[in-house]
Amino acid sequence: MKMAEPLLAVSGLKIAFRTEHGVLRALFGVSFSLAAGETLGLVGESGCGKTVTALSILRLLPSPPALVEEGRVGFRGRDLLSLSEEKMCAVRGKEISMIFQEPMTSLNPVLTIGEQVAEVYTAHGTCGKAEAAERAQEWLRRVKMPDPPRRMREYPHQMSGGMRQRAMIAMALALEPSLLIADEPTTALDVTIQAQILELLKDMREQERKMAILLITHDLGVVHEFADRVAIMYLGRIAEIANTPDLFADPIHPYTQGLLRSLPGRTVGEKRLPSIPGTVPDLHAIPPGCPFADRCPFRQKALERFRAGETPGGDELSVCDRVDPPLEEYAPGHLAACHYQKARRLGGRE
Amino acid sequence: MNGGNGALLSLENIYKHFPVRRSFFSREMLKVHAIDGVSLDVPRGKTVGLVGESGCGKTTLGRVALRLIPPDAGCIRFGGRDITHMSGEELRRTRRMMQIIFQDPYSSLNPRMRVRDIVGEGWFVHGMGSRREIREKAARLLLRVGLSADAADKYPHEFSGGQRQRIGIARAIALSPELVVADEPVSALDVSVQAQILNLMKDIQEEYGMAYLFVSHDLRVIRHVSDTVAVMYLGKLMEVSPAEELFRRPLHPYTRSLLAAVPMLGGAPQEKIVLRGEIPSPIAPPPGCRFHTRCFMAQKVCEEICPLLRESAPGRLTACHFV
Repeated sequence: MKMAEPLLAVSGLKIAFRTEHGVLRALFGVSFSLAAGETLGLVGESGCGKTVTALSILRLLPSPPALVEEGRVGFRGRDLLSLSEEKMCAVRGKEISMIFQEPMTSLNPVLTIGEQVAEVYTAHGTCGKAEAAERAQEWLRRVKMPDPPRRMREYPHQMSGGMRQRAMIAMALALEPSLLIADEPTTALDVTIQAQILELLKDMREQERKMAILLITHDLGVVHEFADRVAIMYLGRIAEIANTPDLFADPIHPYTQGLLRSLPGRTVGEKRLPSIPGTVPDLHAIPPGCPFADRCPFRQKALERFRAGETPGGDELSVCDRVDPPLEEYAPGHLAACHYQKARRLGGRE
Repeated sequence: MNGGNGALLSLENIYKHFPVRRSFFSREMLKVHAIDGVSLDVPRGKTVGLVGESGCGKTTLGRVALRLIPPDAGCIRFGGRDITHMSGEELRRTRRMMQIIFQDPYSSLNPRMRVRDIVGEGWFVHGMGSRREIREKAARLLLRVGLSADAADKYPHEFSGGQRQRIGIARAIALSPELVVADEPVSALDVSVQAQILNLMKDIQEEYGMAYLFVSHDLRVIRHVSDTVAVMYLGKLMEVSPAEELFRRPLHPYTRSLLAAVPMLGGAPQEKIVLRGEIPSPIAPPPGCRFHTRCFMAQKVCEEICPLLRESAPGRLTACHFV
């Protein structure tokens, strides 16, 4: 949006899974872009499609069952979805790399940390074994691993969660990628360790000036501290996307508003948390129209007014129930998908 | 005998060590210092939040409070009575007054039992009413926790995580207990559902007047629910303070660094402290103050002498040489 040629431009991505119970759609047309050096936080509750989005960028979803129905993942002008597997392998790790939530299960338990970090270099044919080991150790030092020469020889199970995550970050950054995808990188860690890892990622972002980060998390606090822009996902769609300060100051989508209000601990002893009623609908039975409609306070109010005979046609209602709202721009770079807000805030423009 | 201070639950100088083998093949036994001399009171009808990082002993302490784990040393008083060595029928009757809500709503409900039997089991065990009465009471209780009436005949797998936690809450409050230990009750839930469950727990507390010992690693949740907060680190309490004061002005360096580590989204201006190092192993906790290896205020004395938990400001207990 900001630049003519963003680093990453995901557009209209639709992904489905074939399951025993029929085809299950996980993404319903997801679009966003990411400029070089920028950090975008992708936020949502479990099952909203944030991890599927990340995995599909790297083409790591097993297919079948996963099926890309439509869309494009533009990276430096190329469509990653149409690359050959061979070319894609060269992109993974070298241009785009990823760190995962649980470093224990994503590291190889029978190889030492040194071997695993060095493998990044040998696998991409960057250099020979001896030099790879040297560079690996240098990276462990850069991610502030305590006592790198010793840790090189250790196995993942000998390390704490925080150290394993440092090792993962070293592997991910070893080839100085231009995009890092971080999928819940601190969720499995204790708060004081989480703070250390976030601090490290911030340092790395400073040092690697042009590295963009796609940060996937359910924690709005982490995003608030770390991301330049935020995209809120709900049921396989982007509900709202904005610069971080704008999103927190003026949330537009009722789901974003509800999420922000329902965060506990903003003040002591407040009596009740305003909560979002209901639960996320089952992916097998997604209602037509706006996916958030049956939990939406705006629609609820409109429904009450309609029942009281104040609004004759019930137009406000039927559009929510019939049409999946597209993203509309409310302020420069601030987009949200809501019929109600569109009528209220953008009424005149159409 | 009386607890002296009128607290509902009074833990006095509790110790609990677990034996572990040095390695799989080794005969040598080591001790995990899960709880090392903890004293804590839970007043009637109030919520005490117990917060700490993984391995600090908070879950063990919750279980000890209910006598689900016997302590190695120390004394547990409930309603003024010493229950540390209580057994048989007497313990059973006392346990009616204490219940627990677990973290994982997926593994803490018996998958082969209907929801009405899960909720009604307590009444059944304690002979409180005929089958039919229990059935009716269970249906009313399920409505109270926000489930529909037909939930009673279903099995746990038919519910979402938030709904299962509602079942867990219904089970816990069925016998109108005086104390509920809630062990990370919302940690497995998404934010929007988390808020619903926290509200429900608060409403029910007002209605039934029970006390909560609320165990969590999440400071934001602790801040929301607690009247008093106890901060635990490696088996010891670092600070015990009224919630409002603790969050406005944390005293212990560990509390300060915990608060600094949590992105709070507005509210009090935050200090910038990033702790060095890792949490030491509870098998070989550091001598002196448990926190000295990571503390930004540590001096020589901290390596040698373990500070006692004492009143450092009115109503506020801290265990630090320099506070």
